[in-house]
Amino acid sequence: MTVSRFRTALYAIVAIVALAGLADATYLTVQALTGETLSCGGSPDCFRVLGSSYGKVGGIPVAMFGALAYFTLFSFATFAAFGYSWAPKFVALLAAAMFLATLWFLYVQAFLLHAYCRYCLFSAALTFLIAGLLIAVPPSGRRSST
Amino acid sequence: MKRYLPFVIVVVVALATFGSGAMLYRAKRPQLHAIPEDKAVSANSGSESMHIRGNPDAPVTLEEFGDFQCPPCGSFAAFAEQLLKEYDSRVRLIFRNFPLSAHEHAREASLAAEAAGMQGHFWEMYDVLYREQAVWSKAPNTRELFESYAGTIGLNVDQFKKDMDGEQAKARVDSDVARAESLEIKVTPTLYINGQPVDPKDKNPEGVRAAINAVLAGKPHA
Repeated sequence: MTVSRFRTALYAIVAIVALAGLADATYLTVQALTGETLSCGGSPDCFRVLGSSYGKVGGIPVAMFGALAYFTLFSFATFAAFGYSWAPKFVALLAAAMFLATLWFLYVQAFLLHAYCRYCLFSAALTFLIAGLLIAVPPSGRRSST
Repeated sequence: MKRYLPFVIVVVVALATFGSGAMLYRAKRPQLHAIPEDKAVSANSGSESMHIRGNPDAPVTLEEFGDFQCPPCGSFAAFAEQLLKEYDSRVRLIFRNFPLSAHEHAREASLAAEAAGMQGHFWEMYDVLYREQAVWSKAPNTRELFESYAGTIGLNVDQFKKDMDGEQAKARVDSDVARAESLEIKVTPTLYINGQPVDPKDKNPEGVRAAINAVLAGKPHA
């Protein structure tokens, strides 16, 4: 497989993983908008995290920022997979920002709220997976023997 | 064609996300109705439990359907206490039991609160149950804990035990649950201000204050 094909495959996988993150973040956004994160009786019991003061920024649910980030990442990764030369650096920058945001949210859950939301943890796992995939992307212009 | 394909994919995903998000929002958005005139808060009678905190003649009635094992209800209880102080004689709180089946000890906690109410100490038990929620929710000996709380707030514990198992406490809880079900309530806490439902997304200090202020200013809040 050539480096070019390998890169294309990795960006395609990143796009697919970002789609899963988009679905997760969209679900959490809907939960926040319907007020389900402030209640018992709905699903799931993520209110401790999503209903906390850390669950919103400027009155906007953080899940909505997450959905926007995943959608943007999906878009950039798609363009990168199709060979658009400007896209990879945006993928890397956005993924790095999402990675840092994920570390912050994990810190908030573990040390400030002492509660975990499984959907947030799923999102964190996806972000780590994306970061790992992007680290594996070989620099352009080199050939692989695999 | 390949040149435009990524644009097509991105647009399709954007539309699919918006579409599915909108459908999910519509499906999940609770349809709360105003409390009809015939179910408006009335004087206590029979098995109906109506626990009022604050000025009984206050112009604003905040009616809460709550579950003692529900953490957001616990957060709301702390906020409600602050709210009653803040608005002094202008707001009263009415609590209705709505123990969710998903919470193992919620019904028993409601029975404990009603049993305490029969000795005139409903709100003291309400406060203890919410304050100690994290303890009894996970404890294997919930009943013993409730009895110890009864002792702490100065109840006759033997009478409390009898009342907890008695028909009157059950009837009071069932009456509240029936009221909640007739209003198609599914989650806790569900709040009404002067019979109008508080939008679920406004179940936070800012939202509730805004709704109360609107009522006091003579404007509809919902």
